Amino acid sequence: MNFKSVKTLGTVLALGSALALGACGEPADDPNAVEVVITLKDHVFVPPIVEAPANTSLKLVIKNMDETSAEFESHDLDLEKIMKGNTEATLRTGPLKPGTYKFFDEFNEDTAQGQLIVK
Amino acid sequence: MEATALIVFREVLEAALIITIVLAATRGLSGRFLWVSGGVAAGVLGSILVALLAGAISNMAAGTGQELFNAGVLLAAVGMLSWHVVWMSKHGRELATQMKGVGHEVMSGDRPVTALIVVIALAVLREGSEVVLFLQGLSASGNVTATDMITGGAGGLILGSLIGVGLYFGLVRIPIKYFFSATNWLITLLAAGLAAQSMRYLVQAGVLSPIKRGVWDTSWLLSEQSWLGQVLHILVGYMDRPSLLQVIVYVAVVIFLVAASRYVNRPAAQGNAA
Repeated sequence: MNFKSVKTLGTVLALGSALALGACGEPADDPNAVEVVITLKDHVFVPPIVEAPANTSLKLVIKNMDETSAEFESHDLDLEKIMKGNTEATLRTGPLKPGTYKFFDEFNEDTAQGQLIVK
Repeated sequence: MEATALIVFREVLEAALIITIVLAATRGLSGRFLWVSGGVAAGVLGSILVALLAGAISNMAAGTGQELFNAGVLLAAVGMLSWHVVWMSKHGRELATQMKGVGHEVMSGDRPVTALIVVIALAVLREGSEVVLFLQGLSASGNVTATDMITGGAGGLILGSLIGVGLYFGLVRIPIKYFFSATNWLITLLAAGLAAQSMRYLVQAGVLSPIKRGVWDTSWLLSEQSWLGQVLHILVGYMDRPSLLQVIVYVAVVIFLVAASRYVNRPAAQGNAA
């Protein structure tokens, strides 16, 4: 592959990326996002199962009610946030297809496990 | 104790793999173990600092400080790695020849060593701050004895490092003729992977849209959580369920670095090079 063709490919990719990024429908921090509260207390999610509507922007509000740090994490949702004790955090996710998405506190993985059921 | 070992292992593995790639890429550079140790030490100090400031960082930028910080650290590493790839693409062949000739060690000259050391420091800082915060919480909870924490932590550290060492010895078996182009590819893919990783923090903070989530799902074939999945995640940026944004950024970084490498080697430039 010679330099000229790599340059052309790079330009096409850059333009394509710009178009793709511009084409995405919802704004990244959608003001119409549905809020879902997830509470962590005594190293357990209370309640362990929360629900959210499908195909909607979501705003997860995580409340760490414990004194110690927690790491809210979800492989299914690709989220990761370290939270000191007695703090709150807002994470953006969605729109999600219907299904069950697991999350956990990595610092207390054996007890803190939860599910987000999307319908 | 197992929980400590597992968490420390995961974080150490990520940093160890990056350190291994940098060590391989700096082969032939005299004093590199000293440089790398310096980078690790700086990273450890940095991670303690970050852990101390975690609350303040988190509160910045309307609560998105942590995400912006993580994305920034990752993108800074991508910048450093890119600098190295482009430099190496121009000088790699000279280096291979030099190494075969007079002795095996060459002086640093104008190699961007600082860039790579910064990459190591940033990697250790990222992973280390998580470990520090975890250990802080653990000791505060009073559920685990100090001995258990130290044993678990040491176990995780040793295991993670062993995998890094194993990879290093595997890499140096590559014949010198192909060695620097092989490490250049590793660094290119590492940079692309870190860039894609930075995107998840920007999406989480609501700065960027993922465009489309889960472009593919190969978690049934190789989960990112399996040990091999984790290794490939760092080495080549393997993602089991990437967003379209992440795929675009990954491919764009690879194409950019390939194009930039060829550009510096274009015939006109070579004619002018001393």
